[in-house]
Amino acid sequence: MNVESTRNVFEAQDLRVYFRVKARGSKLFVRAVDGVDLSVERNTSVGLVGESGSGKTTLGKTLVGLIKPYSGRVLFEGRDLYRLSRQEMKDFRRRVQMVYQDPFDAIDPLYSVYDAVAEGMRILRLYSDKQQMDEAVYRALETVRLTPPQEYAARRITSLSGGQRQRVAVARSVAMNPEAMILDEPVSMLDASVRGEVIKLMSDLKLAGKTFMMITHDIATVKFFTERIVVMYLGKVVEVGDSLDIISEPLHPYSQALVAAVPVPDPEHKVQSLAKGEIPNAVLPPPGCRFHPRCPIAQEVCKTEEPLLREVRKGRFVACHFA
Amino acid sequence: MLGINKIVRVKNFTVEFNTPRGKLAAVTNVSFDVNQGETLGIVGESGAGKSTLASGILRLLPFNANIVSGGVVVDGKEVLSMSESQLNKELRWNVISYVPQASQNALDPLYKVRDQFVETVQAHSDVRESEVLARASELLEHVGVDPAKLNSYPWELSGGQKQRVMIALALILNPKIIIMDEPTTALDTIIQAQILELFKQLKQFQKLTSVFISHDIAVISNVADRIAVMYAGRLAELGEVKEVFSRPLHPYTQGLLKSVPDMRKNEVFGFIPGLPPDLVNPPTGCPFHPRCPFVMEICRTVLPTFEAYGGEHYAACHVASKKFVEAK
Repeated sequence: MNVESTRNVFEAQDLRVYFRVKARGSKLFVRAVDGVDLSVERNTSVGLVGESGSGKTTLGKTLVGLIKPYSGRVLFEGRDLYRLSRQEMKDFRRRVQMVYQDPFDAIDPLYSVYDAVAEGMRILRLYSDKQQMDEAVYRALETVRLTPPQEYAARRITSLSGGQRQRVAVARSVAMNPEAMILDEPVSMLDASVRGEVIKLMSDLKLAGKTFMMITHDIATVKFFTERIVVMYLGKVVEVGDSLDIISEPLHPYSQALVAAVPVPDPEHKVQSLAKGEIPNAVLPPPGCRFHPRCPIAQEVCKTEEPLLREVRKGRFVACHFA
Repeated sequence: MLGINKIVRVKNFTVEFNTPRGKLAAVTNVSFDVNQGETLGIVGESGAGKSTLASGILRLLPFNANIVSGGVVVDGKEVLSMSESQLNKELRWNVISYVPQASQNALDPLYKVRDQFVETVQAHSDVRESEVLARASELLEHVGVDPAKLNSYPWELSGGQKQRVMIALALILNPKIIIMDEPTTALDTIIQAQILELFKQLKQFQKLTSVFISHDIAVISNVADRIAVMYAGRLAELGEVKEVFSRPLHPYTQGLLKSVPDMRKNEVFGFIPGLPPDLVNPPTGCPFHPRCPFVMEICRTVLPTFEAYGGEHYAACHVASKKFVEAK
């Protein structure tokens, strides 16, 4: 395998993903992702953070080849994802896995744990031998610490707790032995007491050499899991940088609002609501800076001129006229 | 003295569910008071009994639930001995209102927002529609929703707006007490911060007494004056928020506090191994003992009693009790 040319596992180049508004005669588009450049290096983890409606899940699905972009390119190991051959695409479907938000939806309730974990391997016909398939399933269950694996494999999905189901969702991806995983809100459905356990599990997988992207609205979760954070707002990237730097000193007013909104287990420390109102819809995004109607420091220029993402210090990119 | 500023009093409250597998002990022997003007936060995992406790106070339990024992006094009235119509007339909504979990979905999609207000009010009192709407407009403005939304359908509103409408709806009859069950759980963090700020303003201006339920102990630390920690249908700990956060007595509370990421710190957050018990077959002794890092022999067999450890700080834990004795 040629490793040199593939420092970036994923790369998005001026990526735009639009959905047509489904009204009769409508020529309008929802601009879910609207001009995003981004790269994810091998063996690193990136947190993609923003509110619902920021376009982060759409971006994730586009990176794994589930949604075709309107324009721009997605590169996987330097090659255009939408120009892969059939065989290459099949290979890609194994090597890159997406773990969905809300595992209750992603898994058929009548499935046994075994079926759920084996599903992807069956579709791609990874094993013709029953014994090999069994081993792959049990290994994956062991990785997510559902042990003894034989016992869990026989259980119905519906008999599991939320945390266990989320681990099954991770296991079915892990079973494919992927090189990269994109996780969409992997812990937001879980009780606090088990969140840390799932994060720990994924940290262990990270140590085992996998590349990760974690999509979440909760910037606190990614702090402890990812090296880089990409903050998205209404289809655009507004800030990129090292996780710890962004959290200790967010530069974009939107990132500042995200950080200030996170509750901390300390009665002396209260959340602050720095962004007013709600994220507008992406059909007719505000002119100028898309964040200006909610921004506490917006000026005239923000209403007309769109700020470009620029490097304000080493490794830190911000799209704000005042950063 | 007793009962003057304790606007809600719950004593030995026990609720069971009839399930195909047998009786499920959802809430067992829970006692607490809510003082006038304070916010009591109730925290615990899914299945800890938080919602059963909250809806049980108002007798809004599902049909397969059974209040086995206990007493509930709200604003001087004995809830458990009132008739359904008495409850509707004298307590629900006008003295105490309840915003259920996932209440964004509690709004009927076929009714405009204005009709939800009118129907709610007219079910509990004789007020003219024009008066209801005037008061509703005022309230919506107050909670940060454009009063023009009275003519919208719920599905035309965002999650945050629906939550604000639900809060306005709960306040429409000027209750003294409001119970909110996971009011920010489905919301994005920024919208959650807005709702938490709104809640603090309401508390200040309307002098509301409230019970705020959340699975997120960090959210509770933002709004509550006192905190009740529930585990497996029982109270594990109860006390002033500042006291409980600085000196958590129950190992479950300690574990919960460590499970929440603290953005200001650089340590990775932890977790509590294992799962909450099955309440059809609860473990003997302390319900937390199978997951407790400090478990002692006695914990496996003897249920710890709920005791005071200095001032108004209570816990049900043999380990806390042993430490307390040793310290003396």
